[in-house]
Amino acid sequence: MTHELFVHGAEWTVKEFFVYPNEFIYWSIQIVLYPYMTGLVAGAFVLSSLYHVFGQQDIKDMARFSLVFSLALLPVATMPLLMHLQQPLRAGNPLFTPHFTSAIAAFGIVFSTYALIVMSEIWFVYRKYFVEQIEALKGKGAVAGAKRALYRVLAMGALDVSDEAVAKDKKAVKILAGIGIPVACFLHGYAGFIFGSVKANALWMSPLMPVIFIMSAVVSGIALCMLTYIVIMEWSKLRHKGEAAEIGGAEIDLITKTSRYLLGFLIAAITLEILDLIFRGYTAMKSWDILRSVMYGKDFVNIFVLQYGCGNLVPFILLLMPRLTIRRAVVALVLVLFGVFMMRWNVVIGGQAFSLSFAGYMHYHLPVIPHNVETFKEGLGGALLVGITPFVLFWGINKVLPSLKTS
Amino acid sequence: MSCSRRDLLKKAMCGAVAASLPLTMFRFLSPAQAQAAVAGSGKVRWGFLVDTRKCVGCGFCVKACKMENEVPYDAPVTRTWVERYVVTRDGKTHIDSPLGGRDGFVSQKVGEETIPPEEITKAFFVPKLCNQCDNPACVQVCPVGATFQTNDGVVLIDRTWCIGCGYCIMACPYGVRFFHPIYKVAEKCTFCYHRISKGMVTACVQACPFGARRIGNLKDPNDPVTRAIMTERVAVLKDEYGTKPQVFYIGLDSNVR
Repeated sequence: MTHELFVHGAEWTVKEFFVYPNEFIYWSIQIVLYPYMTGLVAGAFVLSSLYHVFGQQDIKDMARFSLVFSLALLPVATMPLLMHLQQPLRAGNPLFTPHFTSAIAAFGIVFSTYALIVMSEIWFVYRKYFVEQIEALKGKGAVAGAKRALYRVLAMGALDVSDEAVAKDKKAVKILAGIGIPVACFLHGYAGFIFGSVKANALWMSPLMPVIFIMSAVVSGIALCMLTYIVIMEWSKLRHKGEAAEIGGAEIDLITKTSRYLLGFLIAAITLEILDLIFRGYTAMKSWDILRSVMYGKDFVNIFVLQYGCGNLVPFILLLMPRLTIRRAVVALVLVLFGVFMMRWNVVIGGQAFSLSFAGYMHYHLPVIPHNVETFKEGLGGALLVGITPFVLFWGINKVLPSLKTS
Repeated sequence: MSCSRRDLLKKAMCGAVAASLPLTMFRFLSPAQAQAAVAGSGKVRWGFLVDTRKCVGCGFCVKACKMENEVPYDAPVTRTWVERYVVTRDGKTHIDSPLGGRDGFVSQKVGEETIPPEEITKAFFVPKLCNQCDNPACVQVCPVGATFQTNDGVVLIDRTWCIGCGYCIMACPYGVRFFHPIYKVAEKCTFCYHRISKGMVTACVQACPFGARRIGNLKDPNDPVTRAIMTERVAVLKDEYGTKPQVFYIGLDSNVR
C-alpha cells in the first residue's frame, strides 16, 4: 500500500495497561479550544449586553468593544471544529441533513442564529456611523472613495439619521441584546450537553455539565473583557500622557464592581464542580475506581494544582482581598482565564485519559513540531492559529468599525 | 422607497428561511414505510454468538477481517479483535490484545508482565466485534445521519456522507469504532454486510477453525444460533449502558471488560 498510514490519534496517544485496540485520544487540543472559544464569545456578548439592556453607563466604551470583539471571536469558535473534522469539506452536511437526535446536529442552527443576532446588533449600533462616514468621505480620492463605497454597501440604503430613526436603532439594539443573552447561554450550555450526554464516558456523563459550562463561560468571558478593558485603557493613558485632557486609565471602581459579578459566577461554577466530584465519590459507581486514580493520581496537578489552585483559589483570594489594585486584578484575571482553559482541558483530555475497559490509561502528548497536516491541525500550531486569529480579525474589523474610540 | 425596501427585506427573509429548511421535512411516509423504518422488515434480525470456551486466540478471524474489509493490515486499528484474560492467584486480572490479537498470542508475556504458569488460576480468550445494538448510541449521536441501522439490525456507515467528527467513536461504550486510516471517516464492523446479505457468513466466522464465532437470524427460531441463544446461558457485554447489544457470549466471565 502506497498510502502513508496515518491512524488518527495514534501520533499523540500513549497507552498504559489494557486499552481496547481502537481507543485513542480522538478529541484533542482543538476540542479543548472549541468550548473555550465558544465560552469567550458568549461571555463577551453577555458583558456588552449589560450596557445595552441594563444601561450600565460606566461600561459604555467596554460594551461597544466587547460587542465587536465577540464578532471577531465568532468565526474562531467554529475554527477548532473545522480543524478537527476529518472531512472538513463536508462541514455543511449537518445543515443539509440534520439528524436531530444528535447533540451536534443543531450546532449550525444555534450558532448561525447567534451570529445573526450579533451582526444585526452591530449594524444597528454602527448605522449612524456608516452614514456619517458616507458624508465625510465624499470626494476625497480613490482610497477614501473605496472606503465610502464599502460604507454605502454596509448602510444598505438606510441613510436616515434623524433623531427618530436613531432612537429606533437604539430600541432595536436593546431588543437584540435582550434576545442575545439567552441565546448566548444556550449556545454554550449546548456545548456542555454535547459532552454531558455521552453515556459511554464515565467522566463526562453528568446532567450538571451544561450548567457548569455556562457558569465557567461567563467567568471566562467577563475575565477576558475586563482584561482587555484594562489593557486598552492603560494603553490609551500611556499614549495620551502629557496631553491637556489626561485620560485616567482603567477605573478601579469599575473593575471592583465587575469583579463582584465574576466572583459570583466563579463561586457557582466551583460549587457545581465540587458537588459533581463529591457525588461521584459518594455513589462510587463502577467507574469510580478508575476516575479516582485519574483525578487524584495521574491528573492531580492538572486538576487540583493548576485548575482549582492557580485558576480558581488564587484569583479568588486576590480579588477578595481589600484595596484591589489594577495590577493585582490583571494577575487574577489572567489566572482565571488560565483556570477556565485548564477546566476545558481536564474535561476533554481527562475524559479520555482512561480506557472504556476501565483497565488502562491513555496519555496525551500535544504534537509541538508538526510533520504533516494532521499534526499541525491537532497540535500546538493549530492551537496557536486559533488563539491568534481573533486578534487579527479584530484588527481588520476595527478598521471598518472603530470600537476603541473613547467617547 | 422605505416601504418597498421593507417588503424586499421581508421577502428575502422568507426566502432565506424557506431555503434553509431541509427538504426531507416535507417528505411524507406511507404507513408501511414508517413501519419498516421503525420496526424493520420483520423477517431478519442478524445476531452473533461467540463461544468463548472454544476460542484459542489464533487470530485468524482478525486476519480474515482485515483482508476482507480492507482495513490496513499493519494499522493498529481493527474491526474485530481478540482479548486475552489471565487471572492470577492474587485475584488480579491481566489483559492484553497485541495488534488486536492478529498474530495470535505466542508470547507468555501479558502486556509487559511475564506471569509464572503456577500463578495462573484461569485464562481465556474473548473475541470482540461490533454488537450491532438494538439501541445504538452511535446512531443516536451522528449529526448527519451518516451512520444508520438497517432493517435487519446491522449498523452501517455511509462513507460518502460522514464528516469525521468522531462523536460516534466517543459514544460507543465498546470501543469498536475508529477512523479509517485511508478513507478518513468512521469505520466499524458491519457483520460483513456485503457477504451476509448474499447468503454467505462473515469473514471471521468462515475463518474461525473452532466454530467459536457464529452468525444467525434471531427472528428465525429454527436458526441454530437462535436456538443456542434461546436454550443456553448466554450474556452480553456492558448491558448497563442500555444499548441492547446483539452479540451474545457463552462462557462470559465477570472479569471481561
